[in-house]
Amino acid sequence: MEFNNHITITLTINGEQQQVSVPPMARLLDIIRNKLELTGTKEGCGAGECGACAVLLDGKMVNSCLIPAIQANGSSVYTIEGLAQKEEFNCLEHSFHKKGGTQCGFCTPGMLIASYQLIKDKSSPNREEIRQAMAGNLCRCTGHQKIIDSVADAIEQLTKSPEGQ
Amino acid sequence: MQEKLRREGLAKIRGETKYIDDQSWPHQVIFGMAIRSPVARGTLTAIEFDQQIDWSDFCIVTPQDIPGKNRIKMIEDDWPYLAEDQINHYGEPILLLAHPDRQQLQRGAAHITLQIDPLPPVLTIEESLSEQEIIWQKGNTFKSYQIKRGTTESIFSSGDYQIFEQEYRTGAQEQLYLEPNGVVATFDPELGVTIYGSLQCPYYVDGAMATLLNLEKDKVRIVQSPTGGGFGGKEDYPSILAGHAALLALHSKQAVKMIYDRKEDMAVTTKRHPSRTKIKSAHDKDGKIAAIQIEFILDGGAYATLSEVVLSRGALHCFGPYFCQHVQIDAKAVATNHPPNGAFRGFGAPQSIFAMERHLDLVAAKLKLTPEEVRRVNFITKGQSSCFGQTFRERVDYHALMDIVFEQSDFHNKQQAFQKYNADPSNPVKKGIGFATFLHGSGFTGSGEDYLASRCTITARQDGKVEVLASSTEIGQGKDTIFTQIVAQELKLPHHQVVIAPVDTSIVPDSGPTVASRTTMIVGNLVKQAAAKLRDQLIETKFLASNYQPTQVAGAIKNYLAQHDTLTINTQYQRPEGVAWDDQSYSGDAYATYAWAVYLAEVEVDTLTYQTRVTNFYALQEVGKVVNQILAQGQIEGGVVQGIGHALYEHVLHQDGRMINNHLTDYIIPTSIDTPPIKVIFEEWNRQYGPDGAKGIGELPMDGPAPAVINAVVNAVGSQVYAIPMLPENLMEAMQS
Ligand code: FES
Ligand code: FES
Repeated sequence: MEFNNHITITLTINGEQQQVSVPPMARLLDIIRNKLELTGTKEGCGAGECGACAVLLDGKMVNSCLIPAIQANGSSVYTIEGLAQKEEFNCLEHSFHKKGGTQCGFCTPGMLIASYQLIKDKSSPNREEIRQAMAGNLCRCTGHQKIIDSVADAIEQLTKSPEGQ
Repeated sequence: MQEKLRREGLAKIRGETKYIDDQSWPHQVIFGMAIRSPVARGTLTAIEFDQQIDWSDFCIVTPQDIPGKNRIKMIEDDWPYLAEDQINHYGEPILLLAHPDRQQLQRGAAHITLQIDPLPPVLTIEESLSEQEIIWQKGNTFKSYQIKRGTTESIFSSGDYQIFEQEYRTGAQEQLYLEPNGVVATFDPELGVTIYGSLQCPYYVDGAMATLLNLEKDKVRIVQSPTGGGFGGKEDYPSILAGHAALLALHSKQAVKMIYDRKEDMAVTTKRHPSRTKIKSAHDKDGKIAAIQIEFILDGGAYATLSEVVLSRGALHCFGPYFCQHVQIDAKAVATNHPPNGAFRGFGAPQSIFAMERHLDLVAAKLKLTPEEVRRVNFITKGQSSCFGQTFRERVDYHALMDIVFEQSDFHNKQQAFQKYNADPSNPVKKGIGFATFLHGSGFTGSGEDYLASRCTITARQDGKVEVLASSTEIGQGKDTIFTQIVAQELKLPHHQVVIAPVDTSIVPDSGPTVASRTTMIVGNLVKQAAAKLRDQLIETKFLASNYQPTQVAGAIKNYLAQHDTLTINTQYQRPEGVAWDDQSYSGDAYATYAWAVYLAEVEVDTLTYQTRVTNFYALQEVGKVVNQILAQGQIEGGVVQGIGHALYEHVLHQDGRMINNHLTDYIIPTSIDTPPIKVIFEEWNRQYGPDGAKGIGELPMDGPAPAVINAVVNAVGSQVYAIPMLPENLMEAMQS
């Protein structure tokens, strides 16, 4: 319980500025889950292999278990909780629900982050490109097919109604 | 349509679902851990605590501190929560430690020294069988079974048949639920112990805690938290983890949290049993099996766990959907000094089915027949009886199933096209196509369901809704949605009027474990029966007209409850008529019904790098009624990919009894780019059992992919492969020999 050697990190989380005090070895994931109690971001491996901890760091998807807290200082971070408030999220959410893109749900927030990043980056990726874009996120339940279906469906909806994007 | 969507789906998608490590607690929670053996076998002589540390801050639990029995309640009484003096596997828990601060906890753990006199470990099936070292009770065998029909020996010695003999192996496999094992235990002198956790079988944990802590049943309460996958890996293991947390909670009088990180989870929790299967079969020139002997052996690890039942399912499934008058199956589960192996989707069947389906392709190659021909002459049909004496009374038509898959996949044309493609020697990539025909029994084996005698309750609520109380757990398979659908359909209710009670043993009755492809078929049927009775009660008492409208149910319930105290219906499992199993002779109706399946895989093998890619997959199964298409497809697709992992990627690497690739960097599971398009096809022929005729499907998809994929690889390259996982180096070896 020695809090003497903590460091102070300032960052914008889901659009709101926050200041937290954490041990120097803390990871961005620890700030998000333990300090800010945003538990939608999951820890599946703690080693950058599963994507369950994915967040957007200054607009780019990262595995937050690999980001030292200090590196997040001054940055803007979006977690699933923040993303879920955005209008663009609606379409993805519907598609994942409708197409069976979640089962146990543990990989799901990370999957949503990855697919959000994809639709931001690319206007109409094909199935192969979707597979590539999601390859950093592991899912043990779905066999990935319904996740790919969900993303493809969201993209189709978005292309149908351009104002959705 | 909207109604059939996963009930808790949106919460999961929005990241709102609170798994065990996401929940907040009203009181301080301290952190627990197990101090584990660094060796596979030995005698513990001393535990030394470094005097530099102030141990008064820690809660320490050793076997002497256990108020009840230091044994995990399971089939055998052999698995301790904490090793006493004999250490039987790497990672075996020796003592428990808890502290309010995680870093201090780690620091404390580093200052404990275990003095162990090592003993030679037994690490292979062969070493175990040799019994040079006896590592479990009086011998090294946990359990053996024999299935025998006819006289195989006289057929083999008759000289009338061609005989083929081969050995097959399958490796250990990690369930790799994405959420690691985790629990929180609380203790209150009045209320007793409560366990919150990620688990499949709350009543298993319930029974285990009562025995461990020597508490009355009403002083133990288990609450399932949303569970991030199980696949069998949270069937037995949560009992040990919960036990550890409960002991620490009892001694510290505080809430104790134990969440494994991935490395610990992979290193110490149960795996799929590695197997060795030897098959000797006699065939006529058409490939018809005249006699067959199968020796099926599982590496159970250090303790008996569920090995006996895994073995039983493996033995009963190994001869597959074939008919033969002369069959002998000898099955054995043996002890080794690996961490105990346990339940994993398929439960022994994927191992033995791999051997059988590979063997038939081998026989076909040797007899210059096609895999299709060898299977067609051997299929069992309705009215015939299996080698364990079960007469199939429903439509069992593998010819039709094969025809459907072959047509959908364009099998025959592709076979020819691939042959042509492969004839070009300048192209290092070879294409192959292969399949497997198999079955999977729904529900517990033999009399298992009778012993479980599962219960379910449905109760009408003051707000006019109907609540389902069952201990079946939602682990991603969609149980909440399925139960809702069943009740809604039976009562003609909108889905939002059905409430699924939290899985909390102080509220729900024991519906048996959430395993064995039994939740929809067995418990779903109890749910359906209860819903029907509730409706009938409302009609009989005239609160509801017999031709009622869905909108009238809520009002009828409210009116009923205004005049009566309760409207609660309990149902309990009863064996379906005409289904009989004899434990003594180990014969009869092993399962009330089966799912029948044909899986087909297409692969591309790069003969320069020896990489195999599955390019296309067809999964056809007859499963009775499909309750929910999307959920059912999701089960099949997920299982298929786990099966592909078992075949090509997932290699548990042991060194001196310890898993050394216990992280996702080196233990590879299929990602979205490794998974092929999967075409799932359901047939709904037989509707005798289960709600509206739904059979079990949870485990089935794990059985077929490995043999289908490896048969396709053999089809592509022409060399035989007898073991999985088949990594590139294994294929290289096979092709060079
Ligand atoms: S927890 Fe960060 S990648 Fe797995
Ligand atoms: S839904 Fe369970 S890991 Fe993806």
